[in-house]
Amino acid sequence: MYYLEARNIVKQYASHKALDDVTVRVPENHIYGLLGPNGAGKTTLIRIINHITGPDSGEVYINGRLSVPSDVENIGYLPEERGLYKKMKVGEQLLYLARLKGLSRNDAKQQIKHWLGKFDIQEWEKKKVEELSKGMQQKIQFIATVIHRPKLLIFDEPFSGFDPVNANLLKNEILELRNQGATIIFSTHNMSSVEEICDEITLINRSRAVLQGEINAIRQAHKKHLFKVAYSHDTTIPGYTLRSNDIYQVMEYGQAGGCNTAIVRKCDASTTNNELIAAMMRECQLNTFEEILPSMNEIFIDTVGEPVNKD
Amino acid sequence: MSRVRKKSFLVMTLLTPILMVLLCCIPAFITLFDNGEMRYVTVVDQTGLYRDVFVNDDEYTYNYLNTETTAEQMRSDEEPYAYIVINDNLLNNPDAMTIYSHRQVTTGFESNVTNRMEDFLHDQKLASFDIPNLPQIIEESNVNISVNSIRFDKEGDTQTSAGLATAVGMISTFIIYMFLFMYGGMVMNSVMQEKTNRIVEVMVSSVKPFYLMLGKIISVGLVGLTQIGIWVILIVGLGLAASVALGIPMLSGNEAELLAQAQAMGEASTIDPDMLGMVQTLAGIDFTQILVSLILYFIGGYVLYASLFAAIGSAVDNEADTNQFMIPITIIILFAFYVGLFSAENPEGAMAWWCSMIPFTSPIVMMVRIPFGVALWELILSIVLLFASAVGMTWVAARIYRVGILLYGKKPSYKELFKWIKYKA
Repeated sequence: MYYLEARNIVKQYASHKALDDVTVRVPENHIYGLLGPNGAGKTTLIRIINHITGPDSGEVYINGRLSVPSDVENIGYLPEERGLYKKMKVGEQLLYLARLKGLSRNDAKQQIKHWLGKFDIQEWEKKKVEELSKGMQQKIQFIATVIHRPKLLIFDEPFSGFDPVNANLLKNEILELRNQGATIIFSTHNMSSVEEICDEITLINRSRAVLQGEINAIRQAHKKHLFKVAYSHDTTIPGYTLRSNDIYQVMEYGQAGGCNTAIVRKCDASTTNNELIAAMMRECQLNTFEEILPSMNEIFIDTVGEPVNKD
Repeated sequence: MSRVRKKSFLVMTLLTPILMVLLCCIPAFITLFDNGEMRYVTVVDQTGLYRDVFVNDDEYTYNYLNTETTAEQMRSDEEPYAYIVINDNLLNNPDAMTIYSHRQVTTGFESNVTNRMEDFLHDQKLASFDIPNLPQIIEESNVNISVNSIRFDKEGDTQTSAGLATAVGMISTFIIYMFLFMYGGMVMNSVMQEKTNRIVEVMVSSVKPFYLMLGKIISVGLVGLTQIGIWVILIVGLGLAASVALGIPMLSGNEAELLAQAQAMGEASTIDPDMLGMVQTLAGIDFTQILVSLILYFIGGYVLYASLFAAIGSAVDNEADTNQFMIPITIIILFAFYVGLFSAENPEGAMAWWCSMIPFTSPIVMMVRIPFGVALWELILSIVLLFASAVGMTWVAARIYRVGILLYGKKPSYKELFKWIKYKA
């Protein structure tokens, strides 16, 4: 069951195509990563889901039916460019934003109390936003995003502006929201956070969805058949030059913890790992054997073909 | 929304009328406090001819000395404020009068002395011609006339005054001119603030950009009306209080009542005919029409310009960039203001007529023309045009706004703005 489906979205701006036939299916209760370099069209897609702007063609379905503007009451959106009214008090501000999302005054007040209590920041309620530090403002912003208990949460670069402690706090909050039944879309350049919390991803590059699927499946599909092995220091595996009947090839030698190590590559993807181990055991005393799966960062760079701006 | 609650708004709203009334009262206060010190002036009249010229009054007391006084004597005696020394017949020798003083004398004192002496000499010279009944001749040769202008009207001819019509027109024009700029600018700043605060994307994920903009325009407009309302009440109230406190008689109440009163008194012929004329002239101006059109033109003009300002605010990133787009608007408003000024001279001229039809200038120019009498169809046509274009402008502005608020770090050109209008929602 997909909670959100964006089908064949096309969005054309005057000079360039922001989205070209992009289809994204977000399963219910998953954390879905939306990746891509700057200017790829992620934010445009998010804005279309939020009814901030409309697609030239294609539809957005929520819960199996065509999305209508009032659906934004069930969406919590934390934009990349975010801010608050600086002169307003924290409590007033949260109340105002919650009321805009259709919460009644009493519900809103209850939720504000709940969330401020959760982050242990009740004493901020009467403070003006401009008196708070940037990290504090981000927390308020996060509360404003989730205060109406939306079914769908969209975070655009949520960790920018957070220190590691607060980023971790935020990550745990996001995971908890998922466990409570929310569906979460997560747009970021930060690949390590993607590996940690995303279930599925779509990688958008130059207005097109170039890579989609479950994160483990993607890593498996992109593996380069590289293995890290360690073996006793008195044995060696020969570094053959490539011959047609070789099972493996040594890419790199090294030493670690009193062992010889090497990174080897399977020459033929159809060779099973057992056959590879057997071939190596004939040469050396094997201690460890581990397949190297590519990181999302590598996959990203390989796919996009340009270095990622890590921030 | 958050605007009305700002302290500065409250303070300004309450203070401005107080300041205005205070400003009006300052001359009265000054005269109240100024007449403190009595100044002593010694007149050294060596001719003995001008004993009665200078008469003591509230400010100056004159002492006459017949004896010759040397400069040294005057210099050593610092008691008098000034010495007036006359050492020859002034009819023969106009330079024979000199003022000596230790401190620089005021121009007020100098002209006072000169005028008195000139009047005295003038009378003296006339008397020297020795014409019989001269005072009567002079009295009779002073002619005062007053011109009455009567406007032909269906309900009967009303007495009018070009000066008063101009004043009423000017005041209403100035009110509109001021508020267009003030509240238009307020809308622009508010939009720009939301954009630079980066809150706008949070907002538009809950509210459609069009409603966000409309809400802003309407709320600032209401703030404006509230402010005007408070001002009017406070100014009238404080003005009355001040006039009572200072003992200045002031015209108050509605003019019909006043007119009735005046006429009743006029019949009893105890009232000054000038006063009666003025009241009649006031009655000649249709205040209901002016007030209704003032409000209509304010609303129409405000919506028109405020949406324009909102579009500008959304298109730029910071205040400095607004200039590029502000200049044309400023020129239009200033142009309208000047046309308004000249329309007061020639309210039926082609320039005035066309500018009172063109929506961008009509709120300002038409307000000048109304007190002079404008055909109803012209008024309706102009207001309909204004409202139609206000709605149109809101629509165009909404399209620019929608794109502009989410676009950062780029200063758009006019060409780009035009492109935005054509984007699909």
